[in-house]
Amino acid sequence: MATTEAPAPGKKVNRIGLEPLAYKGGKSTLCAGCGHNAISERLIEAFFEMGVEPSQVAKLSGIGCSSKSPAYFLGTSHGFNAVHGRMPSVGTGAVLANRKIIAVGISGDGDTGAIGIGQFVHLMRRNLPILYIVEDNGCYGLTKGQFSPTADLGSRLKTGVVNDLPPIDTCALAIELGASFVARSFSGDKKQLLAILKAALSHRGTAMIDVLSPCVTFNDHEGSTKSYSYVKDHDEPLGEVSFVPFFDDITVDYEPGSTTTVTMHDGSKLYLKKVAENYDPTHRAQALRLLRDTAERGVYATGILFVDSDRPNFVDLLNLVDEPLSMLPTERTRPSREALATIIERLR
Amino acid sequence: MLIPASVGEVYEMAIAAFDLAERLQTPVFVMSDLDLAMNTWMSDPFPYPEKEPDRGKLLDEATLKRLGSFGRYRDVDGDGIPYRTILMDGLPGYFCRGSGHDPEAHYTERPDDYVENVDRLARKFETAKTLVPAPEVIDEPGADIGIVAYGTSHFAALESRDQLRREAGIQAGYLRLRAYPFTSPLEGFLSRYKRVYVVEQNRDGQMRALMRLDLPPEQMVRVRSVRHYDGLPIDARTITDAILEQEGKTGARG
Repeated sequence: MATTEAPAPGKKVNRIGLEPLAYKGGKSTLCAGCGHNAISERLIEAFFEMGVEPSQVAKLSGIGCSSKSPAYFLGTSHGFNAVHGRMPSVGTGAVLANRKIIAVGISGDGDTGAIGIGQFVHLMRRNLPILYIVEDNGCYGLTKGQFSPTADLGSRLKTGVVNDLPPIDTCALAIELGASFVARSFSGDKKQLLAILKAALSHRGTAMIDVLSPCVTFNDHEGSTKSYSYVKDHDEPLGEVSFVPFFDDITVDYEPGSTTTVTMHDGSKLYLKKVAENYDPTHRAQALRLLRDTAERGVYATGILFVDSDRPNFVDLLNLVDEPLSMLPTERTRPSREALATIIERLR
Repeated sequence: MLIPASVGEVYEMAIAAFDLAERLQTPVFVMSDLDLAMNTWMSDPFPYPEKEPDRGKLLDEATLKRLGSFGRYRDVDGDGIPYRTILMDGLPGYFCRGSGHDPEAHYTERPDDYVENVDRLARKFETAKTLVPAPEVIDEPGADIGIVAYGTSHFAALESRDQLRREAGIQAGYLRLRAYPFTSPLEGFLSRYKRVYVVEQNRDGQMRALMRLDLPPEQMVRVRSVRHYDGLPIDARTITDAILEQEGKTGARG
């Protein structure tokens, strides 16, 4: 059994007075070296550093090794392990019932790309405020390593079977569908992933992150394009990602012209330094072009692929009241006798 | 399952479904059939619901103090229904996991945790029997036969009772099922008649099969089937002729 490491020791507390320990979960029963464990560690750090209140977080997941991981972080928060591929609908219900919650949805390349592809499509369109993470290892780990829809053409299983279907690029699909924050990262890149997670927590809509997360047991061999060695050799970061939350008084030195700055809705700042070839992460068509180009070259573009911090989210579109629906007293939620009578009259 | 026979009942049962789902912490299906949902029906105006919504066993501070601690799947009252908390209510959270869990909602692979939980669900099912809508019963003292129907078969069943009386002098008691699980009035009804006909609109007599699963075999020995399954809504003549045939009398169609 593997354990998730606690962040750096010492009695440090965040802006709401909590220690890193308050953000830990149970002991992981995933394989030692699993990429998902690293992602859980980064989530613990991100929630701690952003000063998120654990009782405000709703952990959601589908089915798979990915979806087991909510048990390994934020042990005091509510969590819901939904049926396979159906976490988006459960998450939508939860967020609409209480718009104050901070929803984090953990999914996998099978849960999202195969059985859950339908729900994923509509979640990306709606821009529900949720942090949605696809822990992507190119295989169905929990069921012993069959190819998933994100497995690359020509990649090989340990048994020698070759994948002859083209992969689904969940990031390209999300961007195409109108998603407002799309990123790709790697479980082995601590710095980049942590910065992206913190920016995602600041985002006021769906923050979709595809994290390449190698499966040490079934897809980490020669012939896999989702192994630690393959991803390290073929990772092309778009630039250095830095995130300064609104509550931090930090000035960032950067050369104007080589850095793109995105101001999030809460005032936090996202810096993308030395962005590759005038890449503009606020340009949807360009992001799709980049993903097609890098896929054709057999490399993974990582970093913030696209961000639109102004797009209204699903809660805005539905024009919900400020107070959480789940907390409203019945005097506010029950229609009056007159309302029912009016409807009945119309049916006479 | 709640089984409406009219649009008025669909309205009332929709309200009841929410209350039952919250009280029993279980999904509730309102079995509104295609005939009811897609055709135009007459109805009395729907009454305004006087009852307050039932939120079920939501944990509060006072209950937490009384119980001492919170276990999401702990059967503290013996009815099989534990208390629950919801996001941001200030009370302890829990992980609703897809794998085996103990009464405190922790991960477990222990066999006795599993048995304890599924036994609790059986107790909850017994509690459900005391809460779901009871059947509508019209007894016919002295009658040899009873008719059991549900959903939109209701109207044809009532008309068939009249036809049986007029054409063959046969009286019949009538029970209209309004929910599953079955409640005690159903067993009582079965015991009061020599032969009982379960009227349904499916090929295999599914409701009768469900009754056979749940009720004692000595009750079921007297229970027969009337099945209408040609895709069109059931009519009284079909019921009347099927009963007359099984009673050893000829029907209007010979």
